[in-house]
Amino acid sequence: MTTTVKPPNPEQREAVMDRLRHGREAVAQRWRDAPRWVRWAVLAAVIVFFYALPNKEFYQYLGPIPTPGANFTQVMFTVSIYVLMAVGLNIVVGFAGLLDLGYFGFFAVGAYTVAVLTSPSSNIKTLWPWLLVVPVAIALTMVSGVMLGTPTLRLRGDYLALVTLGFAEMIRIAAVSSDFLKGQRGFNQIPHPPGKYTDGKPIFGVLDARPYYWLVLTLIIVVVIGVRNLTHSRVGRAWISIREDEDAAQLMGVPTFKFKLWAFASGAAIAGLAGALFAGKQNFVNSQNFELLNSIIILAAVIFGGSGNIVGAIVGGGLVAYMIERFRGIELFGLELYEYRFLFFGLVLVGMMIFRPQGLIPNRRRAAEFKDRRKEVIVGE
Amino acid sequence: MLLEIDDVSLLYGRIQALHGISLTVDEGEIVALIGANGAGKSTTMRAISGIRPVASGRIRFNGEDITKLRADLRVRRGLCQAPEGRGIFPGMTVLENLDMGAYTRRDRAGVAQDLNRVMELFPRLAERRKQAGGTLSGGEQQMLAVGRALMSRPKLLLLDEPSMGLAPMLIQQIFNIITEINEQGTTILLVEQNAQQALARAHRAYVLETGRIVKSGTGAELLHDPSVKEAYLGVA
Repeated sequence: MTTTVKPPNPEQREAVMDRLRHGREAVAQRWRDAPRWVRWAVLAAVIVFFYALPNKEFYQYLGPIPTPGANFTQVMFTVSIYVLMAVGLNIVVGFAGLLDLGYFGFFAVGAYTVAVLTSPSSNIKTLWPWLLVVPVAIALTMVSGVMLGTPTLRLRGDYLALVTLGFAEMIRIAAVSSDFLKGQRGFNQIPHPPGKYTDGKPIFGVLDARPYYWLVLTLIIVVVIGVRNLTHSRVGRAWISIREDEDAAQLMGVPTFKFKLWAFASGAAIAGLAGALFAGKQNFVNSQNFELLNSIIILAAVIFGGSGNIVGAIVGGGLVAYMIERFRGIELFGLELYEYRFLFFGLVLVGMMIFRPQGLIPNRRRAAEFKDRRKEVIVGE
Repeated sequence: MLLEIDDVSLLYGRIQALHGISLTVDEGEIVALIGANGAGKSTTMRAISGIRPVASGRIRFNGEDITKLRADLRVRRGLCQAPEGRGIFPGMTVLENLDMGAYTRRDRAGVAQDLNRVMELFPRLAERRKQAGGTLSGGEQQMLAVGRALMSRPKLLLLDEPSMGLAPMLIQQIFNIITEINEQGTTILLVEQNAQQALARAHRAYVLETGRIVKSGTGAELLHDPSVKEAYLGVA
């Protein structure tokens, strides 16, 4: 006997989607209509929550949220690094519309700059303190971003995606095989950030990940404020116009190449900062930290969250990094779920692309662009 | 001469799209460029606005050689193009689109004044000021593209097919507006497939065929030229 699977009635499906959309829009509308102090209070509460989160006295009451298979504080540090990077990549992909497939390469440049200049196992033995190297690391990643962007950003289309992909692989292979970058053996004894408690113990130690997490969280807030101001300025308008229609942007007098390069370089700088923070916490950097997959994950996180929207990028980066760790230590039918984490991740992404291609929390403009493009496709059919 | 194009050729890869085009636009004129699909009208526009580099020849604007000048700097010199068809920013609202038109300008008072003027010229845009550009109808998008170009307060306005895809009534309306803009003091170079309207409104016109200029004259002359009539006006 054969059973025919009825395709879901498109009208019904549309109706369900419509109701979902209305629900979300109602929430968004209420948020916009809420008085200023309510919004500030909610924002403050969220920030306080995330500062409190890595304390055991707090997270033990949060039910299933803490990760069973890994130290939750460590996980939160990883998550915060991903969020910082998602905010940075969002400038490149979300605002300027440049597809960067090798964003983690810049993270590696930042981390290795710190490693080479501070670690006693480095060939050049400069042994600089961590804090001094951070600006150097950021500057170097920016320079590498400009070097990579100058030839490629003049071109349109997919060249940038390919070149950035190649760049990330180049960095990884250089890390694996060059003697200067120490390959698998890596760099050890990378100094931590400075600072001591009154009793003489260092704030940034080996065991407790909380100070690092708080440091990254604070930097995320600083970076987000900076990025927000930037997007509300002429620079931000130029980026958005380039993303929406590069020819038209140029016809309005926007120096497109310059602004693309700026977006690319500022995105790179944020990844460099993240890399420097990572190296300062980890104490050890080797070639295994920089797999290509990381670049893909971070890009997927931005798109998942809603590219072009800072909140979307934060939520996307946080959720994706957290979910991957959350699978650790869960067994189902004798299978270790962590091994299959990317299968779930892939399924979620495919589902997203079908039902909500603009991401969880899309940018208002971005959503309109998607509608516009869909209209074009329909006309083309 | 406000704009002088001298023997300009342009290549798309190995295909030569323009074969030594020369034309001029004088201050205060409406000049039309007519021709069939693929004759090179839009390509000529791209060469003038700087979106495509030319292979050879010279472009002079306001006495300055701009052949090698970047497109965004040409806008600052007072040369602005309203791109063909859907060249607006779909995710930005009408107001944000118009605001982008004034991107190169710093004089807030002047911009506000021009915004009022555009809203007067296109009352439809005023009604939809908060609406996303991509949700406008084809005709409204066309008006938005023209209005946005006006916001840069150009010396020379380049219009690429402003009547494309519009209903006959709207075509009348947009040409009326073009004449009005011209009478207010903006020089206009116009690319059109709608030869009838374009020739009727233009002071002078050029006919483009497969990348070459084959005829030129005043609008009235060409309107009564037998070969133009046959090829572009649909009357034998």
